[in-house]
Amino acid sequence: MADILNSKIPDGPLAEKWSKHKASIRVVTPGNKRKLDIIVIGTGLGGASAAASLGELGYNVKVFCISDSPRRAHSIAAQGGINAAKNYQNDNDSVYRLFYETIKGGDYRSREANVYRLAEVSNNIIDQCVAQGVPFAREYGGLLANRSFGGATVSRTFYARGQTGQQLLLGAYAALNRQVAAGTVKSYPRHEMLDVVLVNGEAKGIIARNLVTGAIERFGAHAVVIASGGYGNTYFLSTNAMNSNGSAAWQCYKKGAFFANPCFAQIHPTCIPVHGEQQSKLTLMSESLRNDGRIWVPKKLEDVEKLRKHEIKPSQIAEEDRDYYLERRYPAFGNLVPRDVASRAAKERCDAGFGVNETGLAVFLDFKTAIDRLGEDKIRERYGNLFQMYEKITAVNPYKEPMMIYPAIHYTMGGIWVDYNLQTTVPGLYAIGEANFSDHGGNRLGASALMQGLADGYFILPYTIGDYLAGHFKDGPVNVDTPEFDEAEKAVKEKIEKLFSIKGKRSVDSIHKELGHIMWEHVGMARNEAGLKEGIKLIQALKQEFWSNVFVPGSNFEFNQELEKALRLADFLEIGELMARDALNRSESCGGHFREESQTEEGETKRDDEHFMYVAAWEYTGEGKEPKLHKEPLKYENIKIATRNYKD
Amino acid sequence: MDLTLKVWRQKNAKTKGHFETYQVKNISEGSSFLEMLDILNEQLVREGIDPVAVEKGCQSSGPVSFDHDCREGICGACSLYINGRAHGPDDEVTTCQLHMRKFKDGDTITIEPWRSAGFPVIKDLVVDRSAFDKILQAGGFISVRTGGVPDANAIPIAKEKADESMDAAACIGCGACVATCKNGSAMLFVAARVSSLALLPQGKIEGARRAKAMVAKMDELGFGNCTNTRACEMECPKHITVSHIARLNREFLCAKFKD
Repeated sequence: MADILNSKIPDGPLAEKWSKHKASIRVVTPGNKRKLDIIVIGTGLGGASAAASLGELGYNVKVFCISDSPRRAHSIAAQGGINAAKNYQNDNDSVYRLFYETIKGGDYRSREANVYRLAEVSNNIIDQCVAQGVPFAREYGGLLANRSFGGATVSRTFYARGQTGQQLLLGAYAALNRQVAAGTVKSYPRHEMLDVVLVNGEAKGIIARNLVTGAIERFGAHAVVIASGGYGNTYFLSTNAMNSNGSAAWQCYKKGAFFANPCFAQIHPTCIPVHGEQQSKLTLMSESLRNDGRIWVPKKLEDVEKLRKHEIKPSQIAEEDRDYYLERRYPAFGNLVPRDVASRAAKERCDAGFGVNETGLAVFLDFKTAIDRLGEDKIRERYGNLFQMYEKITAVNPYKEPMMIYPAIHYTMGGIWVDYNLQTTVPGLYAIGEANFSDHGGNRLGASALMQGLADGYFILPYTIGDYLAGHFKDGPVNVDTPEFDEAEKAVKEKIEKLFSIKGKRSVDSIHKELGHIMWEHVGMARNEAGLKEGIKLIQALKQEFWSNVFVPGSNFEFNQELEKALRLADFLEIGELMARDALNRSESCGGHFREESQTEEGETKRDDEHFMYVAAWEYTGEGKEPKLHKEPLKYENIKIATRNYKD
Repeated sequence: MDLTLKVWRQKNAKTKGHFETYQVKNISEGSSFLEMLDILNEQLVREGIDPVAVEKGCQSSGPVSFDHDCREGICGACSLYINGRAHGPDDEVTTCQLHMRKFKDGDTITIEPWRSAGFPVIKDLVVDRSAFDKILQAGGFISVRTGGVPDANAIPIAKEKADESMDAAACIGCGACVATCKNGSAMLFVAARVSSLALLPQGKIEGARRAKAMVAKMDELGFGNCTNTRACEMECPKHITVSHIARLNREFLCAKFKD
């Protein structure tokens, strides 16, 4: 098994691995780069930065996105910030500290070498973004400002108000636009990848649907890069954008790329609670709010009752009758514990009956202390757009009354398995950003997703992909008129025809909502063996229901959003099942994956390092067959394994 | 609440469009405007499933297509002219952030796509905004390549300048400014980008060249001129002000003097 999963971690001391590796891998000469085509799927931080950087190097890049413009990729919605080990605050930050806190935050389930490299290039990212004109927040002296995020002991998060993702993406998109103008990158908006094409076991192109005309088109390349984000929308309700989906990654899985740690999904503690059955998505309130906001529920159940009946306002509950439960349980980190810890603590209080809204599924995030200390203007300057967003959605003014929040699905740490070069188990097929699994283990720290997307796209992939392509510059252009492309195109067309032919009685959304309920109930914040087994059965039955009773209106040869949703849901149904299988296999608790059977007396996660210190990489074995589990053991040579402790 | 919707339906760019009238019932006031459209679409899909309903005179022509994605006001995908206003009756929000509590039971709501020569209709309420990408490709960037850049703190930038740059950079590229302008001008969109970069020392170097290239591309793509009505500023969901147009004009004049 070990020979199949070769992570290709370079030898030598941790701090020298990346430099040594860069020196040892092959490069393609400038003249030969022109002869090589690369396809990039997705234009978020990973995809846009990779496409731009590869174009600058001289490769011919084709970049695809499902939106009408690359700028709309869901990275745009990231609010709080991006981490880097600059140590501008002189608070004793370092590459090592960022590395250590990321491994610890991930509950010791990520690779040392990858995470160290991530921390190492983090500083280059900030330099790059400033040079591109990203208007990061600054202090009066003109230098860059920082704030704190969960799970960190220092203040290392750079930010642009509550719109950091937007500003970083506009930077990468601008770099991409520059290459489009230069002719090195060709952009294909409103195109959706529906399959990856393998020739002799290597990735050589894709089949895509033109979302405006419905045409099924072939594109060839010497390498394919998947940067299509995560699969959080398996749950229907999540903070992901409506069109975010796992389909590109899932086609790779079905063509032989292993899928790693699918059960590791992050539940973000501070989202606006569900308002009712008509809800289509959940809105995040940035983790940065926990810098100044304090989370609490009432101590007395009678106060809870009065709140639910709107007999009192939260601001009328006396200080001594409030339970600031994060500060109580985790004195060292208080409100800034990592996301998984904060989410479970909220669930614990709500399960005990202290939920503060009608549904009983909400806690308070209160800024009164901060407003008293700093004044309303300062809070407005820091979080104005978030407070405005909250008020528009809920009609409650958070400067006067606390926000109500509840955990929601936000990010998936699992993804396509990649080696140190970010190459999947299929040669020539790469995965970057949220689409891969490599850097966040069982739980991602806040402000690290932006860091990883840009690290992969600007500074890692452009080097490592050369090592593979150096062996292919003599191949000549990739021919798309081959039996492999014929077959892939035929399969895609048949799948679409099948969907239209069902003519059943249920809408795509109604089935997706049902899947979401099953996932949240059985593969959600707390999981157990019986529930997961039940969940798998329910998902399989729902998949049957989908393929026999869905109704897709219209035709393929038009702009058809119902067809787009149906194709994505077909994959979510399979992704959901693999998530449940992986969760069932991993009978330990770690990070965001909480197995009720494996907890401490205080209700904290209990890891089982003896049996589960590995990456679970799943291999597709065919329709209706059980996937095969491969294990990549995790070795910690530089970090002492410990129980994650945010108490003292 | 129960509502009557008059929705623009258009099969594709080549066919003529028309309004259709639909009824939706039991809409919760906590729902967003787009969730209300989801409910309409669920209804239209159901009618498509049930041929009897179609025969009974339901004028369904399948679900209504509309662009949307993040549903939290930042991706810029959603659009819609609602009761004659870009992004509807609320101020400083996108359509996805508009909530039904802004409407009353029994209201009739008219829903149209962006209407502008620069944004041809693709289907129903979906328009083609790729002209915005083309304008930015003409010069909406700083010409740096990946790597080889100075330390992020090497060049201090006054907080006021950085903040003002951020004000302009908040543009989400939704196109409300173009759709609401009687001339179909993209000046506010172009100005936001030019101004945001010109305010920073890194972007200042190419300021004049950038302004000239982007304005030329905007003209080439058929967007109209600015006549200072300030309608764009009124409807911008991110409250980008026309003072950025003044900065664009300054950069543009500089470029012209240099010619």
